Amino acid sequence: MSTVLAYDFMRNAFLAGLLVSLACGVVGTYVVVKRIVFISGGIAHTAYGGIGLGYYLGISPMLGATLFTTLSALGMGMASHRARQREDTVIGIMWAVGMAVGIIFVALSPGYTADLMSYLFGSILTVPGTDLWLMAGLDLIIIIVVVLYFEDFKAVAFDEEFAQVVGLATERLNLLLLFLVALTVVVLIRAVGIILVIALLSIPAAIAGQFTRNLGQMMGWSTLLGIIFTSTGLFLSYLYNLPSGATIILVAAVGYLLSLLYARVQRGTRLPANQSVRRGDCEATIVKK
Amino acid sequence: MLKRRLVIEVNDLGVRLNGNSVLADVDLTVQEGDFLGIIGPNGGGKTTFLKVLAGLIRPDHGQVMVLGQPPFRERGGVGYVPQYASFDRSFPVSVGEVVLMGRLAHRRGRNFSSQDRQIALQALERVEMHPLRNRHIAELSGGEQQRVLLARALAGSPRVLLLDEPTASVDSRFVAGFYELLKELNREMTLILVSHDISAVSRYVKTVACLNHTLYYEHSREISSTIIEKVYQCPVDLIAHGVPHRVLPPHDGVVGT
Repeated sequence: MSTVLAYDFMRNAFLAGLLVSLACGVVGTYVVVKRIVFISGGIAHTAYGGIGLGYYLGISPMLGATLFTTLSALGMGMASHRARQREDTVIGIMWAVGMAVGIIFVALSPGYTADLMSYLFGSILTVPGTDLWLMAGLDLIIIIVVVLYFEDFKAVAFDEEFAQVVGLATERLNLLLLFLVALTVVVLIRAVGIILVIALLSIPAAIAGQFTRNLGQMMGWSTLLGIIFTSTGLFLSYLYNLPSGATIILVAAVGYLLSLLYARVQRGTRLPANQSVRRGDCEATIVKK
Repeated sequence: MLKRRLVIEVNDLGVRLNGNSVLADVDLTVQEGDFLGIIGPNGGGKTTFLKVLAGLIRPDHGQVMVLGQPPFRERGGVGYVPQYASFDRSFPVSVGEVVLMGRLAHRRGRNFSSQDRQIALQALERVEMHPLRNRHIAELSGGEQQRVLLARALAGSPRVLLLDEPTASVDSRFVAGFYELLKELNREMTLILVSHDISAVSRYVKTVACLNHTLYYEHSREISSTIIEKVYQCPVDLIAHGVPHRVLPPHDGVVGT
């Protein structure tokens, strides 16, 4: 009986890891190449306000989180585009305010709020089936939007000025991208928790970015890396009875360090060939750091 | 003589950036087929002016029409080659993909067609960069990057091409070739080029204007020394550059030749 339960448990957890990895691989790629890791961290932390609201109103905390991350994504996007304030200041303030709102709501909520920690630090081993469906639905929305706007997102992420010259609605595209970040945060909360979201959003993409030369490949490899990290982390946390979210993040971090070492070794051996003079073009000898 | 179409009309343009007046009282008309060189000192507003024409900066005062529309509404008719690549060199994208982005305003639907790809490839051939189309952009030298940026603009089949200091990062041995290419392009499109390199500009453009806060333009290839003095406030500097004979009419005080 208990083994069957354990099996169900693990199956759900691995499934959650898969859904998480897909969202991270695709959206994390944009987060990394567009350098919006900090905004994404801010969006993730405001989710706590939504979770608190969920507790307070007695509705699903995940629903509250979706509401808060979406609103904060729009707010931060507008702040970075329009406001005459310093962008990172605004993000930092919203970050803290989102958390504060959550803390107040939780304090006002009646009863015992035991699984609050699972939202902060993740608990992939206890993801309920209903949350898996929610995660799958959000993944589907993310994939559809990225397929539709792939070229637009690429152009805006690569060179926003030029995207504007050719008439793309850059502000709206940026907001749409941040909206995807907001959805991804919700997908990730169950697995690694609000505080660790940012690691899983950035590490797989950062590793993949070192070895791939196009956006689609980068998404594919980061998804694969995400699956490896979540499964390995899950397995280790089960084996040694460690907190799952933190274990997953540490496994990913080790992966990142190894990738840096590997890239270094690879660059060391390839250096002479890369810097050879081409076509008598003396400009090609400019040494890249 | 048949009157050519006006492609650019600027009327009493004024631009303020961060509270400072960068451009004021700028008037300009450019006809189809022109090759206008805009010279002026650094900080004189040359880049700002091009950005207004490209629709990147909105005017605070006056009217600007490009191909009969306000610049920020016009799409697809204007090509823009920035002075510095504003992109991140580590971005995972190939030369071919960058040039394909020039087709964004022309694509049908959400993705690029094979025709778009063909046009992008032709643009790459034009700047002689097609052998490098599969390379990552970080592998290019400054001059090669500049040519890719030109190809990206050409891929949009522009009627007006705006160039901001296009030879700034091109190796001096290739500058002449670059201008020859521009001259060739001028047969198909109107060119507006901004540069502080007076002698290079003067050899290739059809008309010259001077910009320093406001624009001095007499629809000719020559600029009177009073204007030069007004714009640069230091004619000695110019002579030190070597005498750009076609810009400056012969005047007293020049030694040599």
